[in-house]
Amino acid sequence: MPRLLIMLKNLKSKSLIKSCSVSKKAGSFCEASSSLSESACLSPGQQDFLEAELLHKHQVAITRWMLLVLLLALWELAARFSWIDSFIFSSPSMIFQCFCSMAADKSIFLHTGVTLLETIISFFLVVVVSLAAALLLWFSPTLSEILEPYLVILNSLPKSAMAPLLIVWLGNNTKTIIVAAISVALFGSVLTLHTGFSQTDPDKVKLIYSLGGKKWDVLSKVLLPSSVPLIISNMKVNIGLCLVGVIIGEFLSSKAGLGYLITYGSQTFS
Amino acid sequence: MVHKLNVQNVSYSYHTIEGETAALSDISFTADTGEFIAVVGPSGCGKSTLLSLLSGLARPESGFVLIDGKPAELAKEAIGYMLQKDHLFEWRSILSNAALGLEIQKRLDADSRFRLVQMLKTYGLDQFQDKHPSQLSGGMRQRAALIRTLALNPDLLLLDEPFSALDYQTRLSVCDDISSIIRDTKKTAVLVTHDLSEAISVADRVIILSSRPASVKKIITLSFPPASSQSSGLEHSNVLSPMERRNAPEFSYYFNLIWKELKSDASSSHYAEKS
Repeated sequence: MPRLLIMLKNLKSKSLIKSCSVSKKAGSFCEASSSLSESACLSPGQQDFLEAELLHKHQVAITRWMLLVLLLALWELAARFSWIDSFIFSSPSMIFQCFCSMAADKSIFLHTGVTLLETIISFFLVVVVSLAAALLLWFSPTLSEILEPYLVILNSLPKSAMAPLLIVWLGNNTKTIIVAAISVALFGSVLTLHTGFSQTDPDKVKLIYSLGGKKWDVLSKVLLPSSVPLIISNMKVNIGLCLVGVIIGEFLSSKAGLGYLITYGSQTFS
Repeated sequence: MVHKLNVQNVSYSYHTIEGETAALSDISFTADTGEFIAVVGPSGCGKSTLLSLLSGLARPESGFVLIDGKPAELAKEAIGYMLQKDHLFEWRSILSNAALGLEIQKRLDADSRFRLVQMLKTYGLDQFQDKHPSQLSGGMRQRAALIRTLALNPDLLLLDEPFSALDYQTRLSVCDDISSIIRDTKKTAVLVTHDLSEAISVADRVIILSSRPASVKKIITLSFPPASSQSSGLEHSNVLSPMERRNAPEFSYYFNLIWKELKSDASSSHYAEKS
């Protein structure tokens, strides 16, 4: 919220002293760079470019926040004037009140904390296990050939339908929720990582062998460093999937967590 | 006497489900210490396959490759292999790229690191040792790749069209640099190339291969007049630099000779590939 206020203030001041404030910033940048090295001050062309760049950044940020405010206001108004049924669609003010009352008895923090913890544990396990499994498959192409159809089938199984089975197998506890979350994210993650690993530039692999390296050197010198962007983007997908898995698990078997809260809320129409 | 490199009756084929492709058939030649051999042949004839066999990364189906009298796969530390592209790793600095081979062979210590820095200085890369490959020009990158290879101190250098990725001007100067480095350090070298003028400008002998499956068609020994010490600028080398060779009258004679050899083969192979 404070950032929003600053943004809005910027907007107001900008219309009056737009060029002034921007050029002041560009000027300070120029001073900083000239104090580091003894190079001449920035050329007018570069200054214009920096100003335009800064202006563009501000415009994007302000419009972004305005859009949020606009949508919330529209929602609130629609509920107030009964354009939509506020019993079903709720409204920002009702959500805020509910949040405040839950924050007052601290229950929201408990439920969010539980879900967060379960998500982090399952995310961590998914990252470690899928990385290990993908490396194993890369190490043994024969093994990956054998297991590939199984991985595809496991990945396409509807996990939410499997969740009740997990309760029967593992009991009504946190373990079930974490296993459910892992099962949602794991197999896709293994497939993605393994596909990425097997696309390592064969010439770079050849280079390692020509320098007298072994498969281990290929792994540590080429495969892992070149796969860092892949691993990170895969992690970004996994954290979302783990949250989905945790909520699914909590729908079915839990006494706390956001999934529990959703089920509880929908059954009591609160 | 034992040859530095001895290739005897080597044959090699690629196998796939669809069938077998003969790449090399009955290739024999030798190279002695300090010799610079160039291998030329029509494109796709199996030149790179030959280098893979010489480097010990692949084993011949029949025949043998001996380096100092030992099979190639046992003499790996004597071999430096330079690939077509520099393959410098973007996530490493130039210094750490150049140290890759030493690192893999666990020979990286204070002493070898010092020598590495000296080499970077000799080849004009000392100011770039902390930069990343994308910040260097093509010629500099190729020199960094050469240092990576030379840091392991190999006796035999295998060069797989190492200049083909460079633009023409850079190519001429890097070719000059690299051949003088190899001459000065008295390495034995085998250069594979499709560029005849490059082969003639650097080599002592040119091996002409036929089209696939490649066999040795002809071996031509090149003789150029020795360089006068003023023109070469290096008192311990009496070999003309690649640039000087290109201007020598013998150059066009050899070019025509090799061109004719290749051409008599190229027309027949062209039809063979189409059918």
